[in-house]
Amino acid sequence: MKSISIPFAVTALLISTIVLPALAANKPPQKGEGLPVINLPVPKDPEERNYLGLSGIGLFKIPQIKAKTVIVEFFSMYCPICQKDAPGVNELYRLIEKNPDIKNKVKLIGIGAGNSPYEVGVYKKTYDVPFPLFPDKDFEIHQACGEVRTPYYMVVKMNEDGTHQIVHSQLGDYPGAEKFLELILNVSGLK
Amino acid sequence: MQEDLAVQERKLRNLILIAGGLSVFVLAPMAFGLSEAYRGNIYQVGVLKPIDSVLRVKASDRAPDFTLSSVSGEKVSLSQFRGKKNVVLSFVPAAWTPVCSDQWPGYNIAKDIFSRYDAILLGVTVDNIPTLFAWTNQMGQLWFPVLSDFWPHGAVAKRYGVLRSNGVSERALFVIDKAGIIRYIDVHDINKRPPLEDLMGALEKLK
Repeated sequence: MKSISIPFAVTALLISTIVLPALAANKPPQKGEGLPVINLPVPKDPEERNYLGLSGIGLFKIPQIKAKTVIVEFFSMYCPICQKDAPGVNELYRLIEKNPDIKNKVKLIGIGAGNSPYEVGVYKKTYDVPFPLFPDKDFEIHQACGEVRTPYYMVVKMNEDGTHQIVHSQLGDYPGAEKFLELILNVSGLK
Repeated sequence: MQEDLAVQERKLRNLILIAGGLSVFVLAPMAFGLSEAYRGNIYQVGVLKPIDSVLRVKASDRAPDFTLSSVSGEKVSLSQFRGKKNVVLSFVPAAWTPVCSDQWPGYNIAKDIFSRYDAILLGVTVDNIPTLFAWTNQMGQLWFPVLSDFWPHGAVAKRYGVLRSNGVSERALFVIDKAGIIRYIDVHDINKRPPLEDLMGALEKLK
């Protein structure tokens, strides 16, 4: 019996070594979990740097953003629903920015799944997107986040001790800026 | 007996693990960037041979003329733009497939860039009109004509040398200037979306 099971065990071990990392990335990070390691370039635009509370050049990770809560939107300039929802997501940014109680606590960024810098630029210009957008031309971040379809929203809560966790995520179904903001404030304990 | 069962169980587990693992490789690349707009309506084609045809035209050739029916009803000929507009011909392989469904909606928000280069976009597939109608409806209102190269099947794609052996076209871009001359050809890996900047770079050169 053992002689039969050994090849299987070896195969299983080999397969799991190759496949499990892919499997892990094939599932989006769940509520209660942390983000995968995502390195983003510090924006060149000083206003965007200031918005995110970052300085210098090089790379940063999302938990380094100066905020209590960060909303991450996965979008694509090629995605019709992202296009349709873009004005509503801009409105969310404006609602946050004009509310002094949450202005410095809640930040919003977008990641363009499979979009080159040029393509992200087209999207930003077309919809006059006021918050920082980051290209992910080779789908690296997209893969690390379970290859979610777009638009996909993740709400990330930053804890006092420097840890962070995802407190909400959803695929599409954008409910409008006001309702989404209320949900964000509720799940991140800012209300 | 118990040991037998345990081995069987382990075999089953291993099989499931292998099958599950393989399915990740087959399906995952196709999910790339797919918009939620189409929900469950996209047929997963798997990874295909990148290019499966031989071009029959080259840059600097006169572009072969054609007349095709568009989704909106009228017939569109390439020659009607002669002397008036640069033309971008965008062949995509098939409606309701992963990468194609995420290509034209991007062009749809780039109308001003096409206009800047005095260019019109013509989208072409080998699908029939009703299929193209249902599919492009999911993309919102498109500003450019979508043409059906359905019958004689794929005749235009074949004339340009971008008809694959299974009857769908390549994912191919042709830039044709106002004189009707082909100035740029990108027969792209069918599994990938051509970056917009490459096409715009080609249009920039027409200036």
